Amino acid sequence: MAPMLEQTEVAAPGPVPDPMLPMPYRIQRVRQETDDTFTLEILPEDSSSRFSFAPGQFNMLYVFGVGEVPISISSNPANVPLLKHTTRVVGTVTKAMRKLKRGEVMGIRGPFGSHWPVEDAPGRDVVIVAGGIGLAPLRPALYRLMAEREKFRRIVLLYGTRTPDDMLYRRELEQWRGKFDLEIQVTVDRAASTWRGNVGVVTTMIGRAPFDPSNTLAMLCGPEIMMRFTVMELLKRGVAAERIYLSAERNMKCGIGFCGHCQYGPTFVCKDGPVFALPSISAILGKVEI
Amino acid sequence: MIQTLEPILREHPFFRGMEDQHIRLIAGCAKNVRFGAGEVIFREGDPADHFYLIREGLVSVQFVIPHDGLTTVLTVGGGEVLGWSWLFPPYRWHFDARAQQDTHALAFDGKCLRAKCDEDHDLGYDIYKRFIQIINDRLEATRLQLLDVYGTHA
Repeated sequence: MAPMLEQTEVAAPGPVPDPMLPMPYRIQRVRQETDDTFTLEILPEDSSSRFSFAPGQFNMLYVFGVGEVPISISSNPANVPLLKHTTRVVGTVTKAMRKLKRGEVMGIRGPFGSHWPVEDAPGRDVVIVAGGIGLAPLRPALYRLMAEREKFRRIVLLYGTRTPDDMLYRRELEQWRGKFDLEIQVTVDRAASTWRGNVGVVTTMIGRAPFDPSNTLAMLCGPEIMMRFTVMELLKRGVAAERIYLSAERNMKCGIGFCGHCQYGPTFVCKDGPVFALPSISAILGKVEI
Repeated sequence: MIQTLEPILREHPFFRGMEDQHIRLIAGCAKNVRFGAGEVIFREGDPADHFYLIREGLVSVQFVIPHDGLTTVLTVGGGEVLGWSWLFPPYRWHFDARAQQDTHALAFDGKCLRAKCDEDHDLGYDIYKRFIQIINDRLEATRLQLLDVYGTHA
């Protein structure tokens, strides 16, 4: 039987006692990742904070006077209370967030939602398929896998981005590749002739990636259409649907399933997701009405 | 002792499941080739008289975009197929192909293979089915690439 992780390590922590009350966090660093993507590193003002999270969960980040947005936690769960959130500048709140400086304070609610099933992975091959900024919610799972590398069989990261300049966490990925037994394959949608890596969509890498489909757990995060086609390729390769997990994205507001903004068919992404097992959403995945 | 290419063909994913008699037929059109990193395998407009089964390495499919220069639109690696222009008139390449790394491949003489497909339609049907699958997969991937799914508005 596959060894299991310690139970205490896998329980998804619940939110703070009042989930609607933002807790003040101070910005330690703002790191520009790519042209339009940045990472905020924050610490709680309350030094006695017992905040913990599981890989795949998200926080609501509040820029005072501007608004609140849901952003996945992208840091190492073992390094709390330090939190990192990587996001792209896309709207009013993230634009304001990008202008925040070291030392400024913002509000955090969370953690919310379901988590990656790292606890089911011991004894299996683990295939992680990330697209674009979808690597950010998967990074905590990678930290967990690396921390207990010996418990897992092959670990394969297939990562697709638009161009080589859009790659997230490049230095860290290179370090991991050198330090751990980790197969990392990166592909870009287009590149100048100076790029020495793969070109093509990430789905094309699944057919030739080194893993045993009969004993694989897959975690996917990226644009929804990328995940749909990735699911098709994984199923074609023989990975069981119940061992394929996806992170969905919807307009989350309250984070606790009250407001209904993130309703996705019969589920609420903030409460039932964002990480779903494929069978629980396969009937609604890609439905234009939903 | 001369070793035939038949065992290598049987092991390559592209020919997996092909009948032995067909493997024997096509092996006569194949040869081992090696390209050094940076070496041009073919150029746009040249006669498409071969296709390649990549065994090891990586090949870039490229073309020149005005102002952007040489742009890679696809890479083809071990276990994959490079080139289908040998199947369709006017039998000319539509892209450049360049080895990104040292690349080992099997090169098939297109004229030889077309002749064998004409003589043996069962073989021809099998070969065409395999290429249609590749063309379908590449078309699907190209559509996704065109969607620019990682763009700002994705």
